[in-house]
Amino acid sequence: MSADFPVALILILGALAVPLLRGSVRAVYLLLLPVAAFAWLLAAPHGAFGQVQLLGQTLVLMRVDRLSLLFGYVFLIATLLSVIYALHVKDTMQQVASLVYAGCAIGAVFAGDLITLFIYWELTAVSSVLLIWASRSNSASRAGTRYLVVQLLSGMFLLAGGLLHWRATGSLAFGPIGIDSLGGALMLIGIGVKCAFPLLHNWLQDAYPEATPTGTVVLSAFTTKLGIYALARAYPGTEMLIWIGTLMAAFPIFYAVIENDLRRVLAYSMNNQLGFMVVGVGIGTELAINGAVAHAFADILFKALLFMSMGAVLLRTGTVKGSELGGLYKSMPWTTGFCIVGAASISAFPLFSGFVTKSMIMSAAADGGLLTTWLVLLFASAGVFHHAGIKIPYFAFFSHDAGIRCNEAPRNMLAAMAVAAALCIGIGVYPGALYAILPYATSYEPYTTGHVVTQLQLLVFSALAFAVLMRTGIYPPELRSVNLDSDWFYRVAAPASARLCSRAIAALQHAGGSLVDGLTRRIIERAQHERKPQGWLVRSRPTGSMTLWVMIMLLGYLVLYYSS
Amino acid sequence: MSLALHLPALQVVIPLISAPLAVLVRRGGWAFLIVTAASWAALAAAIALWLATADGATISYALGNWPPPWGIEYRVDRLSSFVLLLVSATAAIVLPYARASIEREIPHAQHYLFYAMFALCLTGLLGIAITGDAFNAFVFLEISSLSGYVLIALGRDRRALVAAYQYLIMGSIGATFFVIGVGLLYLMTGTLNLADMAERIGAIRESRSVLAALAFLTVGISLKLALFPLHQWLPNAYTYAPSVVTAFLAATATKVSIYLLIRFYYSVFGESFVFQKLPLPEIMLVMSIAAMFVASLVAAFQNDLKRLLAYSSVSQIGYITLGLSYDTVNGLTASLVHMFNHAVTKGGLFLFVGCAVAVAGGSSLARLSGLARVMPLTSFGIVLGGLSLIGVPGTCGFIGKWYLILAALEKGQWGLAMAVVTSSLLAVAYVWRFVETAYFREPHASLAGRKEAPPALLAPALLLAGAMLYFGLETSVSLGSAAGAAVMLMAVGK
Repeated sequence: MSADFPVALILILGALAVPLLRGSVRAVYLLLLPVAAFAWLLAAPHGAFGQVQLLGQTLVLMRVDRLSLLFGYVFLIATLLSVIYALHVKDTMQQVASLVYAGCAIGAVFAGDLITLFIYWELTAVSSVLLIWASRSNSASRAGTRYLVVQLLSGMFLLAGGLLHWRATGSLAFGPIGIDSLGGALMLIGIGVKCAFPLLHNWLQDAYPEATPTGTVVLSAFTTKLGIYALARAYPGTEMLIWIGTLMAAFPIFYAVIENDLRRVLAYSMNNQLGFMVVGVGIGTELAINGAVAHAFADILFKALLFMSMGAVLLRTGTVKGSELGGLYKSMPWTTGFCIVGAASISAFPLFSGFVTKSMIMSAAADGGLLTTWLVLLFASAGVFHHAGIKIPYFAFFSHDAGIRCNEAPRNMLAAMAVAAALCIGIGVYPGALYAILPYATSYEPYTTGHVVTQLQLLVFSALAFAVLMRTGIYPPELRSVNLDSDWFYRVAAPASARLCSRAIAALQHAGGSLVDGLTRRIIERAQHERKPQGWLVRSRPTGSMTLWVMIMLLGYLVLYYSS
Repeated sequence: MSLALHLPALQVVIPLISAPLAVLVRRGGWAFLIVTAASWAALAAAIALWLATADGATISYALGNWPPPWGIEYRVDRLSSFVLLLVSATAAIVLPYARASIEREIPHAQHYLFYAMFALCLTGLLGIAITGDAFNAFVFLEISSLSGYVLIALGRDRRALVAAYQYLIMGSIGATFFVIGVGLLYLMTGTLNLADMAERIGAIRESRSVLAALAFLTVGISLKLALFPLHQWLPNAYTYAPSVVTAFLAATATKVSIYLLIRFYYSVFGESFVFQKLPLPEIMLVMSIAAMFVASLVAAFQNDLKRLLAYSSVSQIGYITLGLSYDTVNGLTASLVHMFNHAVTKGGLFLFVGCAVAVAGGSSLARLSGLARVMPLTSFGIVLGGLSLIGVPGTCGFIGKWYLILAALEKGQWGLAMAVVTSSLLAVAYVWRFVETAYFREPHASLAGRKEAPPALLAPALLLAGAMLYFGLETSVSLGSAAGAAVMLMAVGK
């Protein structure tokens, strides 16, 4: 196959044939597509290929270098995992949408120019929303619509910024752009939406938990990481990103601990992990970029693993509410095990993938002398251990026994989780393989005494705090547990202030929610009135009034012509 | 090759003769064959003329060998050949569809009349595009309009009569204004030949009579092309006309009016006069922006798919006139290419809607709920057309908007570029109405046990759906012609 053939099309065009196949043939075909694309990538030479002329511009459909290849690999691994995980699903729409979505994300990663990027950018939005709507519930339909609007807006920002950039520089190449020009700033906003920057992040927690059990796994892999990729490509070393990322890593912790829906907790923790990557991109040294990219790689895998385990729970029990679950380890021992591997990875336990990648970012922050950032990231690490590392497995599988007795997850789900778990451990134990494909050559050594001891201290004290709270019988722990992180964080401040803080956040959330609800309801009522035949916008006009308009126009033209 | 020499005349005469022939045979089937054959012959002639003028040549044909400016002249240049191609291609695609479609919508006894009227309407539209004579243009305008009223009145809903009557009144006012404008010009210049008129008008352009003529022509043609706020006849006419008529008129009638407007502005009055001396660009800009936003908004509140698309047409016409108001080569290119692409899109959309109407028995959104499960191809086609209306890259609707944005940026008008993008978001809103209805609702009771529309209906519609994608990716025909015509107009219009 020629190097000019865009690898994305293997998935996108391949997906179109899915509805024609049935049964096991379709299953094999679905598995083959990402494998074929992966094989193609392994053989791909570096360079810019697939150049086509459109509207007088040269588009580069395949820009292959170390950065795009790395994301290409992990996107394809995630695609394969999600296909395996969803093999039992009989919904053709979801299967096609997942593949097209994955294909578009990969297409965007290999886009060498802004137009191609924009097209794939918008296509990912359109194809991914189908996975949310596939839940076919009212709330999913609404959340999906909000998601789509936000994602399309992000594309609009990208387009507007790209056009400005093009006019200013005359180049459409998708390379380092920077925020010095208006175009660059607008593009950063567009990319920031995908990365879920603070204040631009709400779509994530809103939409991901509404998708189908399998859909969330697919969603978690691509959209935000595509944002990170674009950021690493266009804005390395932009100082503002350090602060954005720091904030991103810290603030979701508060939300995550008071949240009861475990998939939503994961969505918040996603935000927090993305913060680490954004900080990495913002620092912009070779080590930092390596760290950000490597962490994206690892995050796709362990986040997929966690979402898969929660998806399995949702499939078997019909709920992922922390307060309704508990004691599931008896029924779903394998899922429990895999979930713990994912939790250990996201918490950056030594020998798990998160450790070897996150510590690169931490080291880069320390090397750059960014004390505040380093401290906040440390706090965020502890927080993530609390809400993703302990809270998720604890409330779902242990805690008080909710009395639910169900079957273990389907075999295909277990297989997908097993592969993901193996990868998580594999990267943690043998980081050299991942380091070898990073954008910059690195001799980074994660397993130094300092790193391991710091991390273990952090984890042990965090776990200790959790254990103490549980043992002292502060129950139910959902809301109380807020104090756990904030306690740890505000060691010097009064614990009460933390409690106040979390309450205020909850109250604000509530108030904001009801305000939005009220507004929406009023607009809908108004719109419904407009749809009735007597509505001002709908009714037909009598001929007389049309004629009046004709006269007005004629007079208007005459007056204006004569007076000019 | 004497036949090739007479191509400009044949272009109009073939469909014209097919009309009385269709009446003479008095059989639906035969009438169908005659008119379809005539439309294909017209398409062949249009392609030949388009090829002949592709290098920028102008063909002048003296009707009855009376040399212009005394006789009637047919004049084919890049612009008119582009419009001829558009009109005759639409007719050639729509007519095969018509047979199966009117089977369900028009009483059998009236079929031959339908074909005769269709042939006349086609004749009129082609005539407007080809003639180089102002009064002849008026005659063709009336031919196409009068036959258009009849075609609309054939709709099975009784409200079609009222809609056609209203259109008749408004259309006649428009035509009257047009002929008043032409009359004033004749009075001032003593000629009806457009090229001759352009030469003689130079010295007296500033006179009040010429200004009045321009005002009457502008308002009269604006009415025919449904420029906001003179669009109010359009929604009812499109909604209640038979499906195939809606598709044909939506794709061609307003587009030919735009052609006429451009012809008068650039080839008669002159670009430097109309756009630089007079406040016309400003007025047109305001109307266009209003159309883009108001009509899109109104479209989002419609309960009938045909009506919704009719309002969308009004807003899309806003894009076309917006490009016109820029008065730059890129702006004019945007107008012309969007005129072409919107014709493809809207023609295809209304054909698909016709498929849905044939199965569901109505075009109200309530009746079409759950359509996607019963008619996946049709629903997909409508969504594809919707994407093109929004201007999603890869569909033909994108090209025009892209050029609109380029032209706006070229003039440094960031606001206008943003307006184009924002109003496209409104298009998302009204397209969404259909998606929501068709894909996320339970099928309507009348759809139970129904299947996809027959191939005779589906094939032409799918052909246009393919065209939406084709012209979104391969733009040498549409954009090439539009850009060529724009350069030509700007050059001669000084």
